[in-house]
Amino acid sequence: MDALFQTTYPVESADYTSAGRASADIKRKLKQLGVGGDVLRRVAVASYEVELNLVIHSLGGELSLSVYPDTVQLVSSDRGPGIPDLEMAMREGYSTANDEARSLGFGAGMGLPNMKRNADDFEIASTVGVGTTITMGFRLN
Amino acid sequence: MTIADMVRILNARVLLGEDKLDTPVYTACCSDLMSDVLAFVDEKTVLITGLTNPHVVRTSEMLDLKCLVFARGKVPTEDILESADEQGLVVLTTRLTAFTACGMLYEAGLRGVPVPNEWNSEDKA
Repeated sequence: MDALFQTTYPVESADYTSAGRASADIKRKLKQLGVGGDVLRRVAVASYEVELNLVIHSLGGELSLSVYPDTVQLVSSDRGPGIPDLEMAMREGYSTANDEARSLGFGAGMGLPNMKRNADDFEIASTVGVGTTITMGFRLN
Repeated sequence: MTIADMVRILNARVLLGEDKLDTPVYTACCSDLMSDVLAFVDEKTVLITGLTNPHVVRTSEMLDLKCLVFARGKVPTEDILESADEQGLVVLTTRLTAFTACGMLYEAGLRGVPVPNEWNSEDKA
């Protein structure tokens, strides 16, 4: 199915000041497209968490938004370093974030579980030395 | 209660949103961990925090929060207030500590955000 709308945002590693700008823009765009309420909030939270993860943990990557008639899809892909133990990474409270991320109120080990909780479909694939891809789907009513 | 009641209870100073003080408030949360706040997605709640960085405002934007309360008399920088203003947030600052502010609001009848059931289930494993 062709996307009604598609856009991609580059996200730089360790750019704590700009972190969240892509998510704010995604929220605005979805609002303009008539997405609202619970779905909009869930997409916003998941995209903010995944964008922060790119900034905090990755070597850089991108965040893509695709809007289909019945679904909103977010895809985050990065250039590494990859997650050695996905099971641990998905656990609430487990984090490898640095002090800078923690001083901003993140790095509590809530990011991935928060994304999974908010998305209707959540997939994560990671290869050490290559990168991580997270695909999230949100059904529109 | 309304935000105006909170201002009175906390003896707070209104930094932004003087015209929205009649907004009703049903629940509140208190955290310096924005990831924890982002887990509270089901409610348009009030956030009481000691953290004054841009991510507090961005987190509020993602969740459609209506009111931010900074504890211990903290006031965020002008650029942070500007982005809060763009969102139409009400921003208060109180000289009370976060603990005391929460206690006084609780005593006045305000309650915490309901915790999703799944937090107490096998999801943690």
